Amino acid sequence: MDSVLDLARWQFGIVTVYHFFFVPLTIGLSFLVALMETLWLTTKREEWLRLTKFFGKLFLINIAMGVVTGIVQEFQFGMNWSDYSRFVGDVFGAPLAIEALLAFFLESTFIGLWIFGWDKLPRGLHAACMWIVHLGTLASSWFILAANSWMQHPVGYVYNPDTGRAELRDFWAVMFNKVQLGTFPHVIGAAYMTGAAFVIGVSAWLYVRGRRDDQRLHRRSIRMGAWVLFGAGIVVAFTGDVQGKIMTDVQPMKMAAAEALWDTSDSCAPFSVFTIGTRDGKEKKWALEVPCVLSFLATGHFDQKVHGINELREQYQQQYGSDPGARYYTPDDYTPIVPVTYWTFRWMMGLGAAGAGGAALILWLTRKGRTPTSRWFAPLAISVPLFVLFANSMGWIFTEMGRQPWVVFGVMTTRNAVSPGVSAGEVWASLLSFSLLYLVLAVVEISLLRRVIRQGPDEFVEPPSPSLRPPADDADRPLTFAY
Amino acid sequence: MFGLELSTVWFCLIAVLWVGYFTLEGFDFGVGMLLPVLARDDRERRVMINTIGPVWDGNEVWVLTAGGATFAAFPEWYATLFSGFYLPLLLILLALIVRGVAFEYRHQRPGATWAGWWDRVIIVGSFVPALLWGVAFANIVHGVPIDADKEFAGSLWTLLNPYALLGGLVTLTLFLTHGAMFVALKTEGDIRHRARALAVKVGAVAAVLAVVFLVWTQAHTGNGGSAVLFALAALALVAGLLMAARGREGWAFLGTFVTLALAVAGLFVALFPDVMPTTLADGLSLTTSNASATDYTLKVMTIVALVFTPLVLCYQAWTYWVFRRRIGVHHLPDAELEHGGPRPTASPA
Ligand code: HDD
Ligand code: HEM
Ligand code: HEM
Repeated sequence: MDSVLDLARWQFGIVTVYHFFFVPLTIGLSFLVALMETLWLTTKREEWLRLTKFFGKLFLINIAMGVVTGIVQEFQFGMNWSDYSRFVGDVFGAPLAIEALLAFFLESTFIGLWIFGWDKLPRGLHAACMWIVHLGTLASSWFILAANSWMQHPVGYVYNPDTGRAELRDFWAVMFNKVQLGTFPHVIGAAYMTGAAFVIGVSAWLYVRGRRDDQRLHRRSIRMGAWVLFGAGIVVAFTGDVQGKIMTDVQPMKMAAAEALWDTSDSCAPFSVFTIGTRDGKEKKWALEVPCVLSFLATGHFDQKVHGINELREQYQQQYGSDPGARYYTPDDYTPIVPVTYWTFRWMMGLGAAGAGGAALILWLTRKGRTPTSRWFAPLAISVPLFVLFANSMGWIFTEMGRQPWVVFGVMTTRNAVSPGVSAGEVWASLLSFSLLYLVLAVVEISLLRRVIRQGPDEFVEPPSPSLRPPADDADRPLTFAY
Repeated sequence: MFGLELSTVWFCLIAVLWVGYFTLEGFDFGVGMLLPVLARDDRERRVMINTIGPVWDGNEVWVLTAGGATFAAFPEWYATLFSGFYLPLLLILLALIVRGVAFEYRHQRPGATWAGWWDRVIIVGSFVPALLWGVAFANIVHGVPIDADKEFAGSLWTLLNPYALLGGLVTLTLFLTHGAMFVALKTEGDIRHRARALAVKVGAVAAVLAVVFLVWTQAHTGNGGSAVLFALAALALVAGLLMAARGREGWAFLGTFVTLALAVAGLFVALFPDVMPTTLADGLSLTTSNASATDYTLKVMTIVALVFTPLVLCYQAWTYWVFRRRIGVHHLPDAELEHGGPRPTASPA
């Protein structure tokens, strides 16, 4: 593996998937922490403030990693994908720039106010800061997903042969791309699931292992998390179904590859839950199949035709020329790596369903004031966040790998996107240094999270209730919080 | 717009973003590098870190926005610059990553060893970008080999020429001065006086280096506009140092702030209309017209920028107002570091 292309792809996959461990947690937790603080303000129950501060602390440990891994994201298109940047910059750059201006400033400024503002901002304003941070995460997701959706389904642009690049013609078309309209709620739903699952896992562990007199408090957060996880799970399943249909429409090959469907199925295509086959995914030996479900996922009808890989490949070859991936993807030009798409698609749905199912079970176990007694409760609740987190990664790997060999579908192949002037040595240097650093930081982050979780929520202390214009004798008052 | 090319407008806006970045993150780089110099013990180090605690992240977003805006407004510039300056940029990114984590994680655990490690990370993580941004900027202004494919045709060694290294030393020393001024402005007690005295000393070195660098730049690529801006920058620096010597910390900080703003603006004026001049054949330079996006994209971006930039400025300024109070060692709540036990329950989040 020494081609710049291979290295750059590994690097992109690694740093982006890593960024996306922290992102969904940030989106989901900012929502839940804001909700907890608001509940404290409205109900005046001490428990909500204790939970706000506890999960706030965990949230900050997490967002720090989200922020710093995001910095790499912003610059790596120029570093490793300079021909891509030249070709699409006119279209793709705008959402990125707008994201920074609208979202990153908002997030980073108001998170600072929230952390250090307990003794400086009136209570309502302090809670509002976390809501603004959450709004920032949503804005951030909107613009970055619009950029990604454009790569999945380019709209609102023309190819200009004189300049040799894609040029923006209709900004609104890019913002409200139909792929984007499916993707955004799906990704945000999945992020809420992640935040909620994290709350469940942490609270359940403390419920079993923590201080006994805090059990009521943990029960509260477990149930809150379970409701959010369950509700978001429904949104995710519903929007995922919508996405499947849009995808069949704009990238039929991805749907065929998701099912490893080589030959077109004329009616009632079955969905296989599980397959044992050859390594390259070309032959199946045994499969557990549910009749007609694939037809439904792809088209909305149980008896509709679903196009297979072989047919689509011929069709793509006619439409786009013999094969853009020849040097790279032979002999399966235009065909993504089928076992990867097949399995990631299943793991996404399976792990996510396990998470949502776990939430339903937890709601049942804790119904009407009941306390969970089963030995299985803790391991179940603790694995829920892992399920959901990895469901997210699987979904993205499926989405991005399923698009290959295109980087911008139908317009530019990944092979043509890589920086021509960058050497393998340079990419090795960055690939290795980022991977090693990320590994070390993962260890640090996990150990810190464990430590804070072990300590559990602090005792209740009435926080200050400051006004924006402090009295004159304020200058010597110690800070409530400092690094 | 008013007879101006939109690509020129965006050249100016990108200059504004870099001015914002250098003037704001400049002082928090300075504070980071000065940790071992100004602080005598852990409490003083914490005072320093807390002066920038609420704002450093917001300051950093200026560079992210500059990157994004360059991508959108001048795709060729973004592509050539970041693929060409690959290794220096890699080092900057690694430094920014560890530095950001260090601010947030340093206080999360007791123990002098833990804090000590993160202190080192903050120092190095502030030093590397403070030096390398200067090197990168000097290279952009000076010109690098760019071939007919608009690709950078040099190597790492091309970038490490004497002029560029001088540029690195200039940003390094200016940021140190700016950081010391900031500490003097935002703290009370001993450390405040030490910071002020140090600012004057480092500032004198910075002034000498900066004048040499700016004169060199002026001789190489300057024009009338850049000459005026460079001269004013030098004046502002001298005025700032004088104010610091007389104990007027607010004015002194304003002095280094204006110095950085004018110097960066001057570099952009000297660069215009190129965005990345080449040292190879004439006509291969990237300019505001041959590197820019289409007018439509620029128009969309202009509208967004006109609406949201003032808003960003307002709430960032408001943050500085909320955290306007000076801090000293007596303001710090005890950290776990000092009493070793679990952190006091009064500490939120
Ligand atoms: C908790 C996470 C999670 C769960 C439970 C699901 N998904 Fe998902 N899915 C994602 C997390 C995710 C994701 C990581 O967020 C992706 C990647 C890109 C995207 O739009 O969302 C994704 C992508 C994605 C795509 C690809 C879109 C494209 O490439 O254009 C489809 C078709 C689905 N999902 C469909 C489903 C269905 C039918 C689900 C089950 C009922 C489902 N997802 C559950
Ligand atoms: C808007 C956001 C995104 C953009 C603009 C984007 C862009 C790209 C680009 C340019 C590539 C091609 C390079 C390559 O093939 O490696 C790619 C591939 C990839 N992306 Fe994304 N991506 C985005 C979001 C994500 C996210 C959130 C994830 C995962 C968490 C992800 C995971 C991947 C993976 C795994 C590949 C590798 C595919 C391969 O190697 O063939 N992407 N993406
Ligand atoms: C490959 C494309 C991506 C780029 C260029 C990118 C860029 C960035 C940058 C620069 C930051 C740091 C912001 C700061 O300093 O405050 C960041 C953080 C963030 N990103 Fe990404 N990102 C990418 C993928 C994604 C995706 C796909 C999502 C969501 C769906 C996302 C959501 C967020 C959020 C919510 C944050 C702020 C919270 C946090 O830091 O965890 N990003 N991103």
